[in-house]
Amino acid sequence: MSLTLLEGNEAVARGAVAAGCRFFAGYPITPATTILNAMLSLLPPLGGVCLQAEDEIASIGACLGASMAGLKVMTATSGPGISLYSEQISFAIGSEIPIVIVDVQRLGPSTGSATRGADGDVHFLRWGNSGGLPVIVLAPVNVADCFTLTVQAFNLAEKFRCPVFIASNKEVAMTRESIDMDALQIPDIVTRAAPPGGKSFLPFQVRAGQGVPDFLPIGGEILVRQTSSTHGPNGYITTDHKEIGDIINRLKTKIHSAVDKLSFHEMNTAKNAETLIISYGVTSRAAKAVFNELKNTNRPVSLLVLKTLWPVPATVIRRAARDARRVMVVEMNLGQYVHEIERTLPDKPIELLAQMDGRLITPQAIKEKIVHG
Amino acid sequence: MDSLLNIERPPVYCPGCAHDKISHTLDRAFQNMGLTGEKIVMVSDIGCSGLFDTFFKTHALHGLHGRALTYAIGLKLARPDLNVVVTMGDGGQGIGGAHLLAACRRNLDLTLLVLNNFNFGMTGGQFSATTPLDAQVGSGFLNQLEHPLDICQVARSAGAPYVTRCSGYRSDLSDEIQRAIEFKGFSILDIWGVCPGRYTKKNRLTPKAIEAALAELPPMEGVVLENNRQEYGTHYREAAARQNPAGDPFKIEARFVPPQPGRQEVVLLGSAGQRIITAGEILCLAGLTAGLQTTQKNEYNITVLRGPSISELILSPEEIDYTGIERPSAVLAIDQEGVDRRRAMFENLDEDSLVVQFEGVQIPPCKARVHRVDLKPRGIKKPDWALASLAVLANLGQIISLEMLAAALKIRFKGKILENSLELIKKAGKAHS
Repeated sequence: MSLTLLEGNEAVARGAVAAGCRFFAGYPITPATTILNAMLSLLPPLGGVCLQAEDEIASIGACLGASMAGLKVMTATSGPGISLYSEQISFAIGSEIPIVIVDVQRLGPSTGSATRGADGDVHFLRWGNSGGLPVIVLAPVNVADCFTLTVQAFNLAEKFRCPVFIASNKEVAMTRESIDMDALQIPDIVTRAAPPGGKSFLPFQVRAGQGVPDFLPIGGEILVRQTSSTHGPNGYITTDHKEIGDIINRLKTKIHSAVDKLSFHEMNTAKNAETLIISYGVTSRAAKAVFNELKNTNRPVSLLVLKTLWPVPATVIRRAARDARRVMVVEMNLGQYVHEIERTLPDKPIELLAQMDGRLITPQAIKEKIVHG
Repeated sequence: MDSLLNIERPPVYCPGCAHDKISHTLDRAFQNMGLTGEKIVMVSDIGCSGLFDTFFKTHALHGLHGRALTYAIGLKLARPDLNVVVTMGDGGQGIGGAHLLAACRRNLDLTLLVLNNFNFGMTGGQFSATTPLDAQVGSGFLNQLEHPLDICQVARSAGAPYVTRCSGYRSDLSDEIQRAIEFKGFSILDIWGVCPGRYTKKNRLTPKAIEAALAELPPMEGVVLENNRQEYGTHYREAAARQNPAGDPFKIEARFVPPQPGRQEVVLLGSAGQRIITAGEILCLAGLTAGLQTTQKNEYNITVLRGPSISELILSPEEIDYTGIERPSAVLAIDQEGVDRRRAMFENLDEDSLVVQFEGVQIPPCKARVHRVDLKPRGIKKPDWALASLAVLANLGQIISLEMLAAALKIRFKGKILENSLELIKKAGKAHS
């Protein structure tokens, strides 16, 4: 076995390249900048493009253009940049443009604390688009996840033609960690589907039994239209309420109906545990320390680490909580994902350990909450 | 060549709208150039100019207000062979001003047609960035307070190598559009026209009046010699081809035994400019040479050469979960700023902890074993103290060995820097032998 020392952000960049990403555009912002740095060293020698754009709006706009030309694309920023991305994110959702968006979260609100971590954008990522349509959000726990979940994010973006977020955190992104690169479980690479035959192509036509339209790039033999307007299958603006309703419902259904296939998680079950801890991101590492410490005591706890935050992996959560008498959500914000847990487990008592002061939640704090409630 | 106008979706402009005329003129330019639809992508955004993409049988991308140039960058860099023609209005020019400036500076081979009719036609004739001060518009008196923008002057000073200001009624406009598309670089045409639906309801503006107004202004026609330079995309690909492949990150095999068993936690407390983060990385790499799992969590202010710099390191034979450090095995107190930031930590230290206290650094009272060092007499300067402190640790038989440290330096550094750093750890080691 050999070990490599890698930062979370560099692992995201290397995961992206491994997934086939050949276009990156970004704007410097702590703590996401080192993704831009890494992509700049990785992509140009491969014939790809890494662009430092004039602002965040242009960064994601350039990515959307390149994605429509057929490239796999990624951009990376932090909370303040996600704010500026917002309407382009809505465009990517409504017009089904594959893109991976990394949000290396820092403590907000607003410009907040550039070098302090938090998981304060969990709802922002889900609901920060006009129209309120669903998105996919994956949350890495460590450097290995930064690599493999980025590959998964590309696969999902390609498969569902949608934006996929990596909800990273300064504490994962800028922490260096040893990693056995050879032991990474890297999934097969998925590429957006081209239409069979291709002659009678309409840009948003969905084949029978499919939930996602086939993709042809702008610039090929067959003319392709893309539009941010509400459109019918032909890609022209429509006023037909049936066409409008159909496409809006499909945008929701294509994500929600697939939830069980993209519910990444890690379940740590302790025998006779009465308490289930649910956590995600860097905070789940403190929870894991508690799980390990208590598993052979008379007060063991089980731990569910969610790596898919949206769509809410309800089946996984319900299964994990089936035998739990008590559920505790631990998160690095004022209590955001706890609402999804309460909604998913209406019959269970849900407790919350939330902290948002720029420090990691400690194993000690989790243990105290377990003991004293 | 055939017309590329989309007969299924004929232009829907108000009678007398300049946009209608310009769409036919653009079609003529495409025909004269012998272009077919798949060689062109029309990029548009919001407003009446944003309808352009629907009138042509070409590739098309229609997006958000003022952002057309952003999509165009991605399309052109991904497909350099495509003719990327962008339409924006004077409204889009205002809201997307940063993108216009960047496009001029960047000089990517795009053609931007600004369909300038001096107001927001679709939303009620509000004033735009180009509305004259004396115009009557849908924004009450507000336009009397804001100076109109001269798009061409701005484009020229921002570095656009091809700038034309012209009337939408000019008889040879299709030739001028063709020249702009054929120009290898960023070209911008500020095309003035009449908006009968809104603007001319309260303002007198005719094709003749436009001609007269243009004649009053210094001419802007075509190539701007002082801005002539290499096109961005070609330049990018040339420069990219010269870049060396990034290579894979180091893979490190375990070949040493660490001096102590079990999990070790180290905190480096220093200040910006002392290369604290690099020293932390070296310590991690040293751990890797003994097959240890490692994490490095850093804390510093956003200022570059001022403020505390702290690195927290864990080396462990087991998988590392929580990356914070509450009670470190070793604290390297290298600078006062770092110590002051972590004063509270010292209360937690007990006899199992070692503090390496550098000369001139005050530490709070604590129960830890304290080892004082002064590297100045050895000629080791402050920026090297962090790295030197690792040699001090190794010399004390703590955390890493000298051979692990030397191996880490050989992984991380090359040439002169490696020589100097190996020399440095030898010197720092001697200081305590």
